This record gives sequence, C-alpha cells and structure tokens, in this order.
Amino acid sequence: MNFIAVIAGVLLMVLTIAAGLIYVERRLLALWQDRYGPNRVGPFGLTQILADTIKIFFKEDWVPPFADKPVFIIAPGILIATILLTFAVVPFAPGFNVFDSNIGVLFFLGNSSLGVYSVVLGGWASNNKYSLLGSIRASAQMLTYEVFMGLSLMGVVMMADSFSLREIVEAQRHGWYIFPQFVGFVIFLIAGIAETHRLPFDIPEAEGELIAGFHSEYSGMKFGMFFVGEYLGVTLLSSLITILFFGGWLGPSFLPPFVWFFLKTGFFICFFILLRASLPRPRYDQLMGVGWKILFPLTLLNILVTGAVLIYMK
Amino acid sequence: MISILRTIWYIFLHAFHKRETILYPEEKPYLPPRYRGRIVLTRDPDGDERCVACYLCATACPVDCISLEAAEDENGRRYPKFFRINFSRCIFCGMCEEACPTYAIQLTPDFEMGEYNRQNMVYEKEHLLISGQGKYHGYNFYRQAGVDMGVKGKGEGENEEPPVDIKSLLP
Repeated sequence: MNFIAVIAGVLLMVLTIAAGLIYVERRLLALWQDRYGPNRVGPFGLTQILADTIKIFFKEDWVPPFADKPVFIIAPGILIATILLTFAVVPFAPGFNVFDSNIGVLFFLGNSSLGVYSVVLGGWASNNKYSLLGSIRASAQMLTYEVFMGLSLMGVVMMADSFSLREIVEAQRHGWYIFPQFVGFVIFLIAGIAETHRLPFDIPEAEGELIAGFHSEYSGMKFGMFFVGEYLGVTLLSSLITILFFGGWLGPSFLPPFVWFFLKTGFFICFFILLRASLPRPRYDQLMGVGWKILFPLTLLNILVTGAVLIYMK
Repeated sequence: MISILRTIWYIFLHAFHKRETILYPEEKPYLPPRYRGRIVLTRDPDGDERCVACYLCATACPVDCISLEAAEDENGRRYPKFFRINFSRCIFCGMCEEACPTYAIQLTPDFEMGEYNRQNMVYEKEHLLISGQGKYHGYNFYRQAGVDMGVKGKGEGENEEPPVDIKSLLP
C-alpha cells in the first residue's frame, strides 16, 4: 500500500511539475526578455496551464494519411514512458523513492538511450522530409552525447564507489562532488541538455530550419506528449544533476531534506530556462565537432585523472 | 567560452530591468495626436458641418470605404446628405484626411472600435460627426472662400478685401 502511495505521489508530483514548467518557463523567459508573459488567466496567470491543457486535449488528434500509423502513435509514448521510468530510481528524500536500484545510474543511462527511439521513430513515421531530417539529426546528436554523458558520470561513480543514486548522495555528506568533479559536471550539463534536445541544442526541432523537426506532423495530445516529455526531461536532468553533483537532499537541517532537493532541482530548472533565454542554437556540425573533438577527450581525461588520484589516495 | 558565460550573465541581469510591456486595458499607451485611428467629421467654429461633400475623400480612398451624397441647403451651401464609412474595410491610411480641402474629415487617436456584429462597423453620419473642431482649430472654410453661402457677406471674409467696383475709374 505504501509502495503504491509512493508511486502515485511521484507520478503526480512529476507530472504536475512538468505541466507547471510550461507556465514557469513562459513567465521566466518573459522576465528575462523584459515582458510579462501569461498573466491574465487566474491569479498571476496560473490557470493558463489549465487552459492550455484543456485546449490541447480538445484539439483534433490528426494522424496524417501518409504516416506509418502504429509507429507514429507509439513514438510520443516511448518518450514519456522512458523518462517516467527513470524517475522510479530518483531518490527525492531518504526513503522516498519508488525503487532503490543498486544500478540507478545505469538505469538512467539505459532509459535515456531508449528515449532516442521516440524522436527517431516519430520523425521516421511522419514520412515528411523535414521530420526525417530532424530525426536524423536527433539520432546523431543524441547518440554522440550519450557516449560521454555516461562517461562523464564515471568520475562520480568511482568516487562514490557505487552505481546507486542513494549511495551517491550519502557519499557526498562530506562535500559535494561539484568541486572534485567540476569537469564531469560541466560535461554532464552540456550532454544532458543535448540529450533532452532542449534549447540551445534543439537542433532536431530547429523551427527556423526544419519547421518543428521530428514533431512537425504531430498535433493534439501526441504533440502535447512530446512537449511535456521535454519538460519531464528537464526536470529529470535537473534532479540528476542535484543528486550526482550537489548532494541531493543533503543540506542544513533547518529545512527538511525534501525541500532541499526541490530547491536545488528548481535552481537548475531555472538555469536551463535561462540558457534558453540567452544562447543561440549552434550549427549542427559545430555541435558534433565540439562533442567528439573537445568534450569526448576531456571526459576520458577526467576519468583518467580521477582514477589516478583515487588510486594515489588509497 | 567566456563570451557565452557573459551572455548568460547579462541576460540574467534583465530580471532586474523594467518591463517594456504596457498592460493594455489597464494602462493605455500614449498615442500622438496625429495617430491614424477612428475617422471623425468635424465642425467649424460656428458649429456648422465643415464637410462640403466634394467627394475628394471618397475618390482618394484606396479601399472605397467612404460613400456620401451631396445636397444643398437654401443658401446653396453644400453638405453631405448621408456620409457613411465602412470601418470593416477602412485601412486607416489617412488619405481622406490629406485629400480633404476643408479639414472636415480627420483621423483621431482612438482605435478601440471592436464590434461583435460586422454590420455595426458601418458608421453613419451621426456616428461620425463630432461637436468639436478636431485637430485644426479656428478654421472655417466659408470665411476663407470667396463665395457667399450665408456665412459671411461678400468681401467680409478673412484676408479678403471688399469687392472692387469695376465700373468706377476711381483708384
């Protein structure tokens, strides 16, 4: 019973946050662009989320006749499913997680690899040249950044001596990993943004070049699932950064651990929105070049140095 | 790399800047007097209609949204029998105002003309005619004009000399 309550709690919380982020992002972007954003519907425009949700549910859910129907329908579901599955291993507070896996980091990496399928299949099944271009870009970009997103976490794993997210947090009781693993943090941050194909790395969508890339043909709630999936991805990435580098729920005891976790996660969500507000999209080949030529060697070097120091300290 | 971080920082500082948005229905934006909004028909200082029904505005109108018909009163003064502007066609270009020889038709800084029924966008003369003089005060066409239309006697207008007796030899 308790187990089901935790699952329901996590699911409800995560989906609420993801939906709420649509409002938060619009307000924050407006703040940084000297505008107001949605402030008409309800107090501070808060019920804008509700209005948007109702609207998107009542839109015509159109499947193009030239699309590959089963794949087209299943693609957005894959995105949501993989991200929600990953939240199962995220420890929000001591004892508050769905599933305390001893391979939490690997579970996250595996699921985020599966998430690539949604974008690739969505673009492929749309049978539209812009969608296909978007999904080709997505597959190349996400596979590239997948490689060193995993490797950049190996420093943390080596220091904590565990793949379990809970034990990684516990191991940071005497100092967050942001300090010894700063390089790993920066690379994970960049790779994570590329992995969730968030701006500035939204090259698969690139509305200026590819209309909307892989989800050009999607409408109604199928598009909504891609949309919410992006925000879920941002939430997931922020909570993982918090867990892996910023000591998860750890913090001074005047606030409960739960609150610390959410404050830190919220900070990173806002940071991602700030990145969106400030940075232009890089060119596609620049993104791949930076990935393979700079970040990948740097990641390997980071592992090497971390390993050497750990052996030396032993 | 440094420039990217600097960009992020400068954008963050925008959080403390003043917002540019004017929250419209609560705050009204400043519109200059020459703003091209709702079209009005004005009156001269004596309170009579300025319009002489010359059809120049209707001719100048690129979308043909003005329609009127001329009439004459007992003094021979021309006035529009009806004057109708279809604001669902009007593009607020201001060419009617430029064409008008008597400052009768003028555009005002008012743009709040939304209607639920398209037919209500058609303004008749009683909707267009205002009691004031609009942007150009003190101008009365018939006081400047040479003809007598019951406004002034011959030779009594502004900047007008009394008529010369062409039959007389006296200077």
